[in-house]
Order: sequence, then C-alpha cells, then structure tokens
Amino acid sequence: MTRVLEVSGLRKRFGGIAAVDGVSFHVDEGEILGIIGPNGCGKSTTFNCILGQLAPTAGEVKLDGRVVTGMRPCDLNRLGVSRTFQLLQVFPQLSVRENLILAGQEHEGTMLSRLLGPSDAGLGAGADQMIGFFKLDHLANTPAGELSYGQQKLLDAAMAFVAGPRLTLLDEPAGGVNPTMLFTLKERLRAINREQGATFVVIEHNMEFVMSLCTRLLVMAEGKVLAEGAPEAIRANPAVIEAYLGH
Amino acid sequence: MTRSQRFLAGAVGAAAVAALFVAPLSLGRYGLYVLSLWAVMSIAAIGLNLTLGYAGQVSLAQGAFVGVGAYAAAILTTHGYPLAVAIVVALALSFVIGWLLGYPALRIQHHYLAFVTLAFSTLAFLVFRNEEWLTGGIYGISDVPRPTLFGFSTAKPLPFYYVCLFALGLASVAFWGLVRSPWGRAFMALRENPVRAASLGVDTRRYTLMAFAIGSALGGLAGAIYAPLTQFIDPTPFTLALSLNLLMMVIVGGSGFFFGPYVGAMVAVLLPEWLRFAEGYYLIVYAILVILLLIYSPSGVLGILDRYLRNRNAKAASALRAAALAGLPDEAIQ
Repeated sequence: MTRVLEVSGLRKRFGGIAAVDGVSFHVDEGEILGIIGPNGCGKSTTFNCILGQLAPTAGEVKLDGRVVTGMRPCDLNRLGVSRTFQLLQVFPQLSVRENLILAGQEHEGTMLSRLLGPSDAGLGAGADQMIGFFKLDHLANTPAGELSYGQQKLLDAAMAFVAGPRLTLLDEPAGGVNPTMLFTLKERLRAINREQGATFVVIEHNMEFVMSLCTRLLVMAEGKVLAEGAPEAIRANPAVIEAYLGH
Repeated sequence: MTRSQRFLAGAVGAAAVAALFVAPLSLGRYGLYVLSLWAVMSIAAIGLNLTLGYAGQVSLAQGAFVGVGAYAAAILTTHGYPLAVAIVVALALSFVIGWLLGYPALRIQHHYLAFVTLAFSTLAFLVFRNEEWLTGGIYGISDVPRPTLFGFSTAKPLPFYYVCLFALGLASVAFWGLVRSPWGRAFMALRENPVRAASLGVDTRRYTLMAFAIGSALGGLAGAIYAPLTQFIDPTPFTLALSLNLLMMVIVGGSGFFFGPYVGAMVAVLLPEWLRFAEGYYLIVYAILVILLLIYSPSGVLGILDRYLRNRNAKAASALRAAALAGLPDEAIQ
C-alpha cells in the first residue's frame, strides 16, 4: 500500500512546554485515520506542524516519500494537502460558489494565466458539482456569512475537496453540527473516500462519529502517542480508557 | 441585484458617463480644472481601494506615489520625452517602489503597517524637497508641457480634461478586469482571512506584494497626469495630507466597493467647492458632514446604497417565501 503521509519524531516546544513531544505515525492511501485525545494533548499543534502553519522544533514530515517539513502552507496545499480548521473558516462576504472557486483557483496555471483567464478560472462547473454533492444547491449565490452554522461547516469541508486533494486533514469537522447535518457530512466524507480513494486524517471529539468513520485510530495524550489501532481495539484499550474515554 | 436593479444601475452609469462628456462643454476654466482634478484623484483612490479596500492592507503612502508619478512625468516631459513614455516610466517606477513597500506588510499589519507607510511618505517628501539637482527642491518644476496627440494640442483646459477622463476610463476598465479575475477573489480572501487563504493554496505573500505594487502604480499614473494638469509641481501637494485625503476618499466612498473611489473623490474634490458659500467655516462644515456620514454609515456612501438594496431584496425574498407557503401564485405579490 502506498504511504501518503509519514510523520517521524515530530516535536514542538512553546517555551518550556512540549506541546507535541515526539509524535510518529503514518497514513496509507485510502485510509481514514482518526486522532483523538483530551483537550490540549497536541492534536491541533500536530496538524499545524504538518501543514507548515507552525515550524516544528524537531522531526520530519514526508508526503509521498518527499520531505516537506517547514514548507509554506500554500505550497503544501498545491502539492495536494488540504485542510479544515477547528474554528469555522469560510469567507463570509464571498458567495458559496465564490468560496468554492477560490478553493480551487490557485491549483492550475500561473499568476498570469489567472489574471487573463476567465473570472471563474474554469472552475464554475466543478464548483456547482461540489455544491450539489454537499446539498447546498439553493444557497449557491448566498454570501457564506448568511448560512447557518451547519451549512457553513459543510461548505468548509466542500472547500477542502474542490481541488481533488491527495490528503485532507480535518480538524473537528463535527463540532457544533446538528445530527442531520452530521449524517450528511459523514456520508459525504465516506463517499469521497470510497469513490476517489481520498485519504483523510480527522481530529474529532465526537466518539460515535470517529468510531464509525475511521479505519484506524491514534490516541494522543500530553503530546505523545498513547495508542494506535483499529476502533474496536482502541475502545477496549485500558490505557486509553484511563486517559480519555473513561472521563 | 435583481434584473431591474441591474438595468437601473446600467442606466445610471450610462447617464453619468454621458454627463462627464457633455457637462464640461458649459464649464469655465476653473470648473474644468476641478473636474479634471476629480478624475486624477479618482485614479489614485482606485489604486488605494485595491490595496486597502480589496486586499485589506493599510497604506498612508498613496500621496507619495502620486508625487513619484508627478515628478517622473514632470522631469521627463520637460526634457523633451513624450507624455506616453513618462506615463510608462511613472507606472513602472511606482510599481517597483510599491512592491518593495509591500515587504513590511508581510510581517506587520494594521496600524503598525500604517506607521511604516507613513515613514515612506515622509521619506518621499524629503527627497522631493532636498534633492534639488533632480526635483528643483522647493522651487519645483514649472512649465510642464501638455501633450499633442495625433496632431491635436491638449494645451487648453477642455482637451486636457478629456485626456484626464480617458486615463480614468482606462484605469477603470483595467481595474474592473482585475477585480473580476481570480486575482480579485484572492485579494478579498487575503483581506478576510489570510491564514485560511494560504491553506487553500493562495500565495498570500505574492498577492500582498501585488496589491501594494498595483495600487501604487495607479497612484503613479494619477501623478503622471497631475503634473501636466497643474503644469507646475513642487513638494507641497504630496505631503501626508494628500495620503490622508485619498484615504478619506476611499473610506467615505465605500472601501471595497468598485465605485467607492469615484464617489469619495467627488466628496473630497467637489464638496469643498460647493461649500464655498460657508466661506471661512467651510472646513468645519465639511468635517462635520464627513463625521456624520461615517457615524451613520461606516461603510461609506455606497454602503448606504448596499444596505438599502440588501434590505429590499431580503424583504422581497421573504414575501416570496410567504406567498409560496400560502400557495399564492407569484404574480399576486408582484
């Protein structure tokens, strides 16, 4: 199986605190890896170090066997790594359609071809397809800021998939989303995974969501990897119950 | 916007353009100068609207770029070069300087960035005033010629007004194309959320520098037209006061609205003329009007219009929904 992401010995210190303390894991093609752990255990910091938002103190990140540690977020994204953030991040003044076009427009051509090319950068049809796929049809031309929270979450996730990424890192996609929307989200993520062989890493606190979506779980505690394995094995792991699930 | 609103906007736009062509025929020398100045200031304000309104980068140096363009044009045309060459040089020079001034914006934002650009503004003024060998120092450069185009002299106020108007038209079309292209979307993303923009592949570094460079180049273009308009330049018009005035134009007109700078320049250039009846009190009246406007509508004159249209459309939409729920045909509520 092809190894898409490989993280080894990742460390990030903020002053005297080691937020991430020697984390190593890998993700294979087509996998949905879930990362769980109590608040403040370094899940989001791990994401930010992988994605170039933060410079890791030590360690290495490999994408398809190529070292990408410290690469800028925009360059990593163009290599096929996309993400969503823990807090909602859509562009409120742009319409749903514009948000989706923006999410794909920097992936093709050059600065000059974008300047002289069509206004929708040739992505209008793709954006409309994505709008349909995430069931936002009636909202295509509505400013994203006017959508409900759950709809914005769906848009946020849709934006991560416009450019057909190789690897997608989702930071708490289910947070604050109502059960109906959550069902849509989970089912859409599964469909993308199945149909396009897309690879995901998901940080999530909603256990029911993680257990039913992910093929493998990584449990973090205090900046370290506590356990790793299939959802059932993790559920039965005493150390995990002690650190997290038992609370 | 609905279709009828779009039609109305088109009609208003066409009428405004027609008025800009026809109205000056009845204006005197001074009236033409004021209107020409409006066109020139609009160009500079369009540039600042890109940097500030679309890309969200604060700049207090736009006046200095008008100065850079004006000096470049004055020096070249008084040495016998045609205005077209001077304009190209002014554009290129202010583009490059603007690009360099963009670098601090990669590290700092908001009022800190304002201070850096303020420093550049002061620096430019000192160069204009002290480098006598190049700029003529406090005596400035006089007898800046107006060009002869296709055998027609534009030395008289009316023909030169059309030169200003043509430059504004060209800048407007170029700007329209720019903000409608994917670049415009990337600039707005930069303003609204640079971290998210970067995570979607937007090279925020390059777009920030571009926003500064293109905005500054438009300032330079305005300056290159300003020099032959006044036919005499010295350092005084290009102080911080001009930068602040341009900033006011963008904000009063409506920052981030395409037509904001035209309206803002109208307020800044024409309103003082209309307030002449107030004589010595005109600045006080002017200041009060601007303050009241910004209290009532922080998003400027076009912000008022935008809010009005949004409200109307929202009401129409909810009326449609209500009618649909009640099972009424659409015509019943038209």
